[in-house]
Amino acid sequence: MTQLSGSRDIGQLKKQARTVRTEILKMLTEAGSGHTGGSLSAADIVTALYFCKMRHNPKDPVWKERDRFILSKGHAAPLLYTALALSGYFDKSLLKTLRKIGSPLQGHPCSKLLPGVEISTGSLGQGLSIANGIAMGLRMDGLNSRVYCLLGDGETQEGQVWEAAMSASHYRLDNICAIIDNNGLQIDGPCCDVMALEPIVDKWAAFGWHVIDIDGHKMGAVLDALDEAGTVKGKPTMIVARTVKGKGVSFFEGKVQYHGMAPTSEELGKALKELEDIDNG
Amino acid sequence: MGEKIQESKIKSQESAPPHNPPLGKGGSGGGVATRDAYGEALLELGKKRNDVVVLDADLSGSTKTASFAKAFPDRFYNMGISEQDLIGTAGGLSLTGKLPFASTFAVFETGRAWEQIRQTIAYSHLNVKLVATHSGITVAEDGASHQAIEDVALMRVLPNMTVIVPSDGIETKQVIAAIADYYGPVYVRLGRSKVPVIMPEDYKFSIGRAHRFHIGKDANIIAAGIMVAVALKAMGILKNEGVDAGVINMSTIKPLDNDAVLSAAKASGLIVTAEEHSIIGGLGGAVCEFLSENYPVPVRRIGLKDTFGCSGPSDELMKLYGLTADNIVKTIKEALKK
Repeated sequence: MTQLSGSRDIGQLKKQARTVRTEILKMLTEAGSGHTGGSLSAADIVTALYFCKMRHNPKDPVWKERDRFILSKGHAAPLLYTALALSGYFDKSLLKTLRKIGSPLQGHPCSKLLPGVEISTGSLGQGLSIANGIAMGLRMDGLNSRVYCLLGDGETQEGQVWEAAMSASHYRLDNICAIIDNNGLQIDGPCCDVMALEPIVDKWAAFGWHVIDIDGHKMGAVLDALDEAGTVKGKPTMIVARTVKGKGVSFFEGKVQYHGMAPTSEELGKALKELEDIDNG
Repeated sequence: MGEKIQESKIKSQESAPPHNPPLGKGGSGGGVATRDAYGEALLELGKKRNDVVVLDADLSGSTKTASFAKAFPDRFYNMGISEQDLIGTAGGLSLTGKLPFASTFAVFETGRAWEQIRQTIAYSHLNVKLVATHSGITVAEDGASHQAIEDVALMRVLPNMTVIVPSDGIETKQVIAAIADYYGPVYVRLGRSKVPVIMPEDYKFSIGRAHRFHIGKDANIIAAGIMVAVALKAMGILKNEGVDAGVINMSTIKPLDNDAVLSAAKASGLIVTAEEHSIIGGLGGAVCEFLSENYPVPVRRIGLKDTFGCSGPSDELMKLYGLTADNIVKTIKEALKK
């Protein structure tokens, strides 16, 4: 009944990441609003988790032994919804209802409305504390399930993130693997201009975390980092994934204005062609 | 059931002052601080249920969760001085089927972590029990920075949230047992100071049901928390002066016991609310909201009148802000003259 980790076929996973990006762009265009840049930047990471690394069962979203995924950067909801739909949690046609009245696909994820969403997020800085609590509970129950928590880099400007960083380390939560989607941009501009975050690796290491610094778009590197996290004992792991905001669509990449803007129909056409060309090439 | 109890309670309070000790640090009489009752109730609950986990934010000695921590160290998490993380972690634990009780001082729990409570606990309807101590001005000497006078308002406004303000140790124990059996987020407001024991030994609390000590024909006092004892005292004074005033212990502020409020309003036509909280947004606010739409009668609200508290001994602060039986009596008599 349980679904264990998917296949570790890197070519296949890269292709799946492109499919994920395609669906994200389509649903955002249909919705007419939403967060494009940060959904695309984390697409490879989330693909690696949902289609290879995580043990989960779309037919039984509350399976006790599942690995958990907490989307602390809740504005990347289109990415989570796509991963859930393509995994089989619900019909793909539902993606078209994003942000519409009566849809379970709220602008930011709501766990009361959509199976597979572990907890409602959207207000930044809160996911890691929740992930810690889940990790504590799993450990108390003697379960080996792992908890993955995806944060934005700008999000780590929230003080609560560092409270949670201390807690995970203090309670030696080695069943936690957090990932920072380090795309370097936030709404008002580059993070280094708005509120500098570097040295990110040193900061998390100083808080007692095992830190892995990777290119967040290299599928092999993402999988290796997730594997390594699973071997670390006595401390939580932070994967600092260096990413590009809007990754996969040349004219969205590195553009701060696409943080919270959906593609137009025209942009969608061009974007889908770019993604197709990679598949065909 | 209220009538007999009311008689005996008034008598005992009038004839035997030790049953109604001054509010304060020592409270040298037979009183029990609701936080002490909480500590005992948690311990009992912990013995009965393995899923109970307790979290605190470096105040376990004061909130009285320390005894649970000692008895069940594997089920206790001290989160340090970090209330936002406290709430999020409690939420996470509830997602694995645990029954978390998260405690710290009311001002920090509901203020510092309000948005975490909103986003994570209330919006997602998590089974987390927020039990805060040191509410109201009877925190006393520590002053306004530590005196939560708006916590009920902050919690009451949140969808999905249940808000309970126990009046004494007996009720606190009942409340803790009742909310453990209820699925959903609950805020329980407890105090630091010793308060008189006023609820009958055989009292059975249930969420959303007020305890009617007496329904008066001239006026009815709807009180919560430590103000229930004060209201009972006022009722006794008024009775001696020929005024038939009733007292309702509205320990569940949300959902409000509308029937009790309606009965009181219909019986007397004058309602006085009494709470150790701002008159805005708390019990007084809740009663006014209900009555104005359903059965408009004159209401007088006793509480902090849109002001912060200050440092001082509890009993002196209670006098300073009009949280006394004499002020309730005066308020009712003035209102009845009009």
